[in-house]
Amino acid sequence: MRTIAELLADVPVLADLPPEQRATIAGCGHLAVFERDAWLLREGDPADRFYVIREGAVAIETFAPQRGAVTLQTLHAGDVVGWSWLVAPYRTAHDARAVERTHAIVFDGACLRDKCDRDPALGYAVLQRFAAVIVERLQRTRLQVLDLYDPASGT
Amino acid sequence: MTLAPLPHRIAARRQETGDVWTLALEPEGPGLPAFAPGQFAMLHAFGAGEVPISISAGLERPAPLHHTVRAAGTVTSALCDLREGAYVGVRGPYGRAWPVAEAEGRDVVIVAGGIGLAPLRPVIHHVLAHRERFGRLALAYGSRSPADLLFRDELAAWRARPDIDVAVTVDRATPAWRGRVGVVTTVLPPPAVDPAGAVAFLCGPEVMMRFAAAALRDAGLPGTAIHVSLERNMVCAVGHCGHCQLRELFVCKDGPVFCHDEVAALLRRREL
Repeated sequence: MRTIAELLADVPVLADLPPEQRATIAGCGHLAVFERDAWLLREGDPADRFYVIREGAVAIETFAPQRGAVTLQTLHAGDVVGWSWLVAPYRTAHDARAVERTHAIVFDGACLRDKCDRDPALGYAVLQRFAAVIVERLQRTRLQVLDLYDPASGT
Repeated sequence: MTLAPLPHRIAARRQETGDVWTLALEPEGPGLPAFAPGQFAMLHAFGAGEVPISISAGLERPAPLHHTVRAAGTVTSALCDLREGAYVGVRGPYGRAWPVAEAEGRDVVIVAGGIGLAPLRPVIHHVLAHRERFGRLALAYGSRSPADLLFRDELAAWRARPDIDVAVTVDRATPAWRGRVGVVTTVLPPPAVDPAGAVAFLCGPEVMMRFAAAALRDAGLPGTAIHVSLERNMVCAVGHCGHCQLRELFVCKDGPVFCHDEVAALLRRREL
């Protein structure tokens, strides 16, 4: 069985980190399996963890009165779920629900923040990689907001 | 090629989504020459006008021409309202086709957005009909919502095949949707494909194609291997009237399929 540090070498956003930094991050993680419809994160909860999906799919959701749960995006193998653990006030912004049986690595956010505080090089490396994730999600969300396929756009 | 529309009878019509219909058109008489994937016809709704619509199936004669039309304006709404047995005028084939032969021996990536799947459908048919000539085949298809997905029976059949990778994603999910949610760039590049040696065919809203082309370039596809189909106001369809002009290019005659390198800079120009 592969260690978490070895598994992180296959995670696109962390793959280029030096092995020793991946090992440090791996020290804050453990493996978990979520059945379909299990919650990984709940909106408003303290943001004390994040996930890397190994297999399966997770929906980022919010609840809208009259509409029910609205899926904003789905995340899949190799994707990171959750970044609120990194930024004060460390409060979870959206629900995250497994839409199928999902294997993930669960990371203790406080543990990794503490390691980043003590090792600025690690902290910078982690911030760089999470910034890339956040920017990519922001750009995708901007495209969604554009409503590209609106029939009124003529295409 | 003729500039006079030839009468074609609507042999069958099929509703794909709330506002999209596929018309199967049979000629009165010998009909038009064979179409290549990516070429278009000018469809004439009598009393309403004429619009350019790509062929969505039925490349070889005597099979009926298939055109998939979204009721977005006066002419397209008139076409969608016609019943079986009614007549439309058809002229064509027009325009530059998808360079399918260039893709032989290579992996093929199809990126479709919205109704952009219709002009790409003949490419998928062609590759599947000559499977041994091509490498891996991947379809990335983005749609506004599950209700807007085209060719659902065919999508299901493609998903069931081992020789094509199909990734479908919608921008807006419904509670019953169990698939992917997010823009089409989230499924690029397809994991099964070797980007360095692949050829990509893109069709959809221009903004989508810009970002999809950027994602494919980032993954290692050269701009010369990325082909896009543009939509402009085609009127004459033979490069005379200038309505579809994109600086020095006539989209009707020089396109609608272009190599991304040819048009990437033009697509960023707001003045065009």
